[in-house]
Amino acid sequence: MVEVSSWGMLGSWEHEVLALSDRHHVVHQLKSSRSGIAHGMGRSYGDVCLNPGGVLWKTTELDRFISLDESTGRLVCEAGVLLRDIQRLVIPRGWILPVTPGTQLVTVGGAIANDVHGKNHHMFSTFGDHVRGIILVRTDGTIIECGPDFQTEWFSATVGGLGLTGVITEAEIQLRKVSGPWLDAETLPYANLNEFFQLANASETEWEHTVSWIDCLSGKNARGIFMRANPINLINHPEPKSHKRTIRFVPPVSLVNHLTLRPFNAAYFNFKKRQAGKRIVHYEPFFYPLDNLLEWNRMYGPHGFYQYQSVVPLKVGNDAVQAMLREIKKTGEGSFLAVLKTFGDRQSVGMMSFPRQGVTMALDFPNQGDKTLKLFASLDAIVREAGGRIYLAKDARMSRDLFETGYPRLNEFLHYRDLGISSAMSRRLIGS
Amino acid sequence: MTNNKKRIVIIGATSAIAEHCARFWVDDAAVDMTLVGRDISKIERVAQDLRVRSPQSVIHVLESKFTDSIAIRQLVDRVIAGGIVNIVLIAHGTLPDQIECQTDLSANQEALIVNGISPMLFAEAFVGHMQKANSGTLAIIGSVAGDRGRRSNYVYGAAKGLVTRYAQGLQHRLASTDVKIVLIKPGPTDTPMTMHLKQQGSHLANVEDVSRLIVKAINQGKSVVYAPTKWTLIMMVVRHLPKFIFDKLDI
Ligand SMILES: Cc1cc2nc3c(=O)[nH]c(=O)nc-3n(C[C@H](O)[C@H](O)[C@H](O)COP(=O)(O)OP(=O)(O)OC[C@H]3O[C@@H](n4cnc5c(N)ncnc54)[C@H](O)[C@@H]3O)c2cc1C
Repeated sequence: MVEVSSWGMLGSWEHEVLALSDRHHVVHQLKSSRSGIAHGMGRSYGDVCLNPGGVLWKTTELDRFISLDESTGRLVCEAGVLLRDIQRLVIPRGWILPVTPGTQLVTVGGAIANDVHGKNHHMFSTFGDHVRGIILVRTDGTIIECGPDFQTEWFSATVGGLGLTGVITEAEIQLRKVSGPWLDAETLPYANLNEFFQLANASETEWEHTVSWIDCLSGKNARGIFMRANPINLINHPEPKSHKRTIRFVPPVSLVNHLTLRPFNAAYFNFKKRQAGKRIVHYEPFFYPLDNLLEWNRMYGPHGFYQYQSVVPLKVGNDAVQAMLREIKKTGEGSFLAVLKTFGDRQSVGMMSFPRQGVTMALDFPNQGDKTLKLFASLDAIVREAGGRIYLAKDARMSRDLFETGYPRLNEFLHYRDLGISSAMSRRLIGS
Repeated sequence: MTNNKKRIVIIGATSAIAEHCARFWVDDAAVDMTLVGRDISKIERVAQDLRVRSPQSVIHVLESKFTDSIAIRQLVDRVIAGGIVNIVLIAHGTLPDQIECQTDLSANQEALIVNGISPMLFAEAFVGHMQKANSGTLAIIGSVAGDRGRRSNYVYGAAKGLVTRYAQGLQHRLASTDVKIVLIKPGPTDTPMTMHLKQQGSHLANVEDVSRLIVKAINQGKSVVYAPTKWTLIMMVVRHLPKFIFDKLDI
């Protein structure tokens, strides 16, 4: 048994870890194993990728490329390949992953199973939208090939399917043409939520990537920094040097607390404000700002942290975000990492995909037990009232009831579940 | 075109360490690489990946028996017939169950042959050609387990100890030539071979880090390299511990 935790480090639990390393052998491994759940890089914050006391099928050794057609941009690879390795392989050849999350240290399988989104959702929807086919291996020994044009129901159950329909061993991805690693980026401070919504609205047609950092503890008005960027064609621009730093140990207390948070946020705001304006940036620091700070999750101390990410429809977005920020300010909790972004009008392929048109807010909170859970209960009430939902990749504690109202296609999805698969999340929210 | 590419041969190319070394090599430059293994479909899977990573490289695959001296000789002659080899990496091995080796002599024999004799036969077969050409680097993966016999894995350790002595002998034999013999001693590394160790809670080194060190050591032609490097010190201590202390340790 091995102790495994997920990114939020809310605890670590004993698992029997079975590494999958031969894609043709997975079917035998699953058949002869107890009930388990696929586990990629464990970059999910909560419990979707955990199965305490049970089996984890570790996929990171399924990390081989299978083919790349450089004329059409079709990439076929095993499901444990990291998005980082794809980007580094294909960008020099004029292609790029159309959609990536805020870290590239995740596997293709994990990106599909959570149907991850990026800063360009308003133009390119979710990761699953660019997957042309997958091979799904089930614990009863069946192997299902599916995609957006064949066996479509299996495909839409598996994209965003939280690993519960089977183990993905291979995927075919349609890449997007790009002329290089550079982005033309602009940083704009905003003084309140109205300004944020105006900027988001004005940027959606002209700017491919938009995202904002928000100071969740600033005064009455939520100020923040809006960032937008477009790919740019630049040749012979010098590549930036990478500076990797690791947080080497877990400090005995969270470094994120009411003493550090407010001054940090103010300093960060002022620092970014001074950087306002246009500049040319490399895609890595822009898309994945935290990837060079390895294991930064440790700074939240021994009790770990939660991320709370919700999406609420646009028409109530301003009020709902306003209300959530009020609740957070009341407790004085909150995070360095507070992200506010609008999702475009794009229907995800997955039955259980998180993104929908609206505004999404993601905030980290050090785990302070009941106090933190109480805050979440009040945030949940706002999300529910607004008709929104919580992102399962980040969740570890939402109620079954909020889950069921947030994900109306749940019953349809359950037909496709693999009953030899179970996770901490599935037991918590689905009952098995 | 092929002849100005570095020629690399990897024996046991489906081992996780070897596969990662191969990735570093093709990332670095286009090469002419021959992958040798026991199961052609597994080698082909590794080759396919390398071809995507480096379309300019030429990747050949060969299937071979690992314990048959005649088959080894034929395979090596065939590879050499294709031209001078710059790098040979001998990487295959298995991690036997010590207790099983104590009770089942055929398991014991198999472990000694696969981990000790087989790599030596490959080394011997290559090194003659390399000596004749007076060039090339032959790297062999031994193990920290070969440094001192321990109750928990002395069968594996003995086979790897054989590798160590053999490599020393080759280094001595080739000291006045331009052929380099590199002996690599990885500590426990996180690969499919050590999965059960991980289940028992051992801390294992990252296979990519280990492979990066190996590739670097081969480029520099170092004679002995521990990977990760911390094992240099650990094994120095283990080798020199007085017997009365050593015997009390449960290692
Ligand atoms: C710094 C940071 C930034 C992030 N930013 C974003 C963001 O901008 N947008 C976003 O959407 N997410 C974001 N995330 C979340 C992250 O992208 C997702 O949690 C992602 O799914 C993690 O991938 P993984 O390989 O670590 O998978 P894991 O966390 O190990 O697993 C995730 C799910 O995928 C399943 N799974 C994994 N592999 C397979 C497989 N082969 N077959 C079937 N199921 C499988 C697991 O069972 C589990 O349900 C961020 C996370 C971090 C740490």
